[in-house]
Amino acid sequence: MEIVRSNRKSTAAAADSVPALSLYRSAPSLEVRLEEFELYAIDRLRVLKGISDGLSRGKKPDEMEKLVSELWRVNMRHQDANEVMNKDIISHFVLRLVYCRTEDLRKWFLSMETTLFRYRFRLEGSESQRALMTDFNLPYKPLSHAEYEGVKEELSQVARSIGLPHNADSMFFKVHFEEVPELVATRKVFIQKGYAYVAMNQVASLVVTQFRSHLSKALVLTNRKWMSSIRDQEKDRLTPIVEAMSSSYLGPDYSQPKESTEISLKDIDQVANSSFPLCMRHLFEKLRETHHLKHGGRMQLGLFLKGVGLSLDDALAFWRAEFSQNVGSERFDKEYAYSIRHNYGKEGKRTDYTPYSCQKIISSTPGTGDHHGCPYRNFSEENLRAALRRMGVGERPMEEVMERVRNRHYQLACTLTFEAVHGTSCDSGVNHPNQYLSLSQRAMQSKVRGSSCPLTISAVIGDPCVDLGPTHQPTSPSVG
Amino acid sequence: MEIDVCPPEQRQPNMSIEGFHADYLKVFYGKLFPHADIFKWMSYGNDGKHPACDQSYFGRREFSFTLDNDIYIRFQSFSNATEMENAIKEKCPFKIDLGAVYSVDPPKRHAYAGNNVFTPVERELVFDIDMSDYDDVRHCCSGADVCSDCWPLMTAAIKVMDTALRDDFGFSHILWVFSGRRGVHCWVCDGRARRLSDEQRSAVADYFRVYKGHENGLKKVSFVGPALHPFLVRSYNDVLKSFFEEDMLPSQSLLANEARYQKILDLIPDESTTSEIRDKWNSNRRSSISKEDVNTARWEQLKHALQSSKQKGLRRCVEEIVFSYTYPRLDIEVSKRMNHLLKAPFCVHPKTGRVCVPIDPRRCDEFDPGKVPTLSELLGELNDMDRVRADSSSGLPAEEWERTSLCRYIRFFRSSFLQPLLKSCKEELEGTYSAKLRQSKDSLGW
Repeated sequence: MEIVRSNRKSTAAAADSVPALSLYRSAPSLEVRLEEFELYAIDRLRVLKGISDGLSRGKKPDEMEKLVSELWRVNMRHQDANEVMNKDIISHFVLRLVYCRTEDLRKWFLSMETTLFRYRFRLEGSESQRALMTDFNLPYKPLSHAEYEGVKEELSQVARSIGLPHNADSMFFKVHFEEVPELVATRKVFIQKGYAYVAMNQVASLVVTQFRSHLSKALVLTNRKWMSSIRDQEKDRLTPIVEAMSSSYLGPDYSQPKESTEISLKDIDQVANSSFPLCMRHLFEKLRETHHLKHGGRMQLGLFLKGVGLSLDDALAFWRAEFSQNVGSERFDKEYAYSIRHNYGKEGKRTDYTPYSCQKIISSTPGTGDHHGCPYRNFSEENLRAALRRMGVGERPMEEVMERVRNRHYQLACTLTFEAVHGTSCDSGVNHPNQYLSLSQRAMQSKVRGSSCPLTISAVIGDPCVDLGPTHQPTSPSVG
Repeated sequence: MEIDVCPPEQRQPNMSIEGFHADYLKVFYGKLFPHADIFKWMSYGNDGKHPACDQSYFGRREFSFTLDNDIYIRFQSFSNATEMENAIKEKCPFKIDLGAVYSVDPPKRHAYAGNNVFTPVERELVFDIDMSDYDDVRHCCSGADVCSDCWPLMTAAIKVMDTALRDDFGFSHILWVFSGRRGVHCWVCDGRARRLSDEQRSAVADYFRVYKGHENGLKKVSFVGPALHPFLVRSYNDVLKSFFEEDMLPSQSLLANEARYQKILDLIPDESTTSEIRDKWNSNRRSSISKEDVNTARWEQLKHALQSSKQKGLRRCVEEIVFSYTYPRLDIEVSKRMNHLLKAPFCVHPKTGRVCVPIDPRRCDEFDPGKVPTLSELLGELNDMDRVRADSSSGLPAEEWERTSLCRYIRFFRSSFLQPLLKSCKEELEGTYSAKLRQSKDSLGW
């Protein structure tokens, strides 16, 4: 046993002695660079959001297992193998700070972290799993042979009732039924006199329940600490980072459009018809119809077009062509041109504004006379159906879209619309109108080429457009 | 004291007339309602002198009263038995509900700001089974009515659940209570049960859940897999199979005519089997056998057809049908959360006048809801007693309830439920106390 062991080393993934999964029992006393603080957390957040997406799509356990494995592999690796474990632990604790602050945030974080833990645990080998159970001081007792003989008939019955193989060699554990509510609720376990008889392969449930309950309490404590001391102490350093993180959009920001999606004015109507998401189609149609849009609509559509690759000159020409039919070109030059230039960062404080993400659009509140916002959220059922029909959505996909709308999964509704209109699947899901457009263009190009283009998560999240800061290394996309 | 009541000859067993009710209740709470027993129960041993007793315990229990005119008062609490008794006698609630034991006295909840300070800490595990949930399978009554043909559904439910609660979950202090009209409540009072979290309660409730929605107006049960969970097997073999075949089939004439047997046939997913059977039964319609024979005979035919069929999905059809008709139908929401209120035993049901008396699960076959004493009957008995006392100078027992029909129910409550419970509570309190003492002694050791 080494005498000198720094904290850092002891948390590293020394693969044989320490399991690769952490239980996050206590915050490590590691020094963290400020950049790592934010970046590690953002990477982990991508994993959690990916899990959230998978769950709301109703993915089955096997699919979730693959998804988690992929998300973890893509986002949580590090060049230095020793750093992998640290990144895991640091990112978890940073996100605890971010997500401890309200009841809703805590609930979400608890749910995603528990799911993450559950599938990572499943992917571990049984030795590692046993080690984790010991770490947790789980109150399980392996069955003695005599006890086993007494209940083996029932144990085999239960195994058959849930479609699992039951071999006489598998280890069983006796725990109080309160420890395994999930197994009791689904009758996946034999219970007698208050004890549940849990099979080795169900052990994940025990561990996950412990993990969940521990994290739940920890979050409440973290919140108290945050409110009472950390938030003030860190108001110039960590607090702004923490407060921004929970609402961040994590995909590419489309502020620097790629060549392949640049659009010229002459093509714009055709592209609008084939590749715009519904929100932008609607704004575009209204603009063409009434030759005017109010401020919210101008911002949403204008920035979108910028992200699509419309140059400033083309944009000015475009908006002037429309608005001059309504308010005259003089008024356009006087009142509206300035703000278009402003959006392109050519006026005032010269911020180059980024196109709005779905999250931002969905949360906007259009008033009378406005046409911006998310139509899946704002349109009446009748109007939405009519609009989708005009886009070419058939009757059956229409019902699925409406189902998502009823459950308030607006982005999923848009994704299903994409799939119905283009005839391809969209695995990454829609979370930005410009992403919709670029996927649409890609899908149509590949139709032209005659090959199908499977879309993976890394295609969206690993986009070279991502620019999070000087130390972030963009990963290259892996779309064929 | 003589109460203004019809003389015995004219008294009808089910009378409960508006207007009299409040006055009757006053006498009921004055002389019959077992205040002291309810207090002892709700104290779980904390009303003793042992240093381990928590004097604040009883005061943290929520009571809620429903008064005349549907006025509803929640978050009441009392610090001792006398306070509780006086409040009940004074307010004469039409209904008393028992809530959870909270972290602080319910009336003081607003004084504590912030989250998580006013929160339930203990609550019995409770279940509620209501006959109206069985309306799709009983043809004798519907809605609020109950009769001797359909009440056995409750009996079957009690048997299934009581066995599971004892044998599977290891609980022992279980009280079954008649809800006063058409159902039963179950109070599981073991310490382990009272301390279950909402999530754990939900898990227990889901363990008992077998229905997955409706199909063709009938509750749908679906058993996939080559075997059933031992709990379901035991329930089927010990209770439900024989109940269905020997009791429900004939008493509800489930297969006697087309309208009824179609409902059962609708549960079978194979068209060829059902049409074959239907044809057979249609052609037999005119034979003159007694009703009982028809149901039993047809069931045997159906069972044979299903069990010998090679079709997939029919393997468990017989069990699915039996469970659809007879398995307990719980109101799951009642059990899932600690803060759910439930009516106290020994209340009087305002619509029937019947007292919510305990039911002995070991003799639940004998229970007859139509023979449960009503408020007016009991008051009549008290009157008779007064008359007798006025005439003779025989020594009557101290408690007036002991001479009424309520006596055996209160006695049962005490001997079968309360005493064993309190004994166990005492042991638990003393046990944890000595353990704590030992612990602190050890830690002071070195």
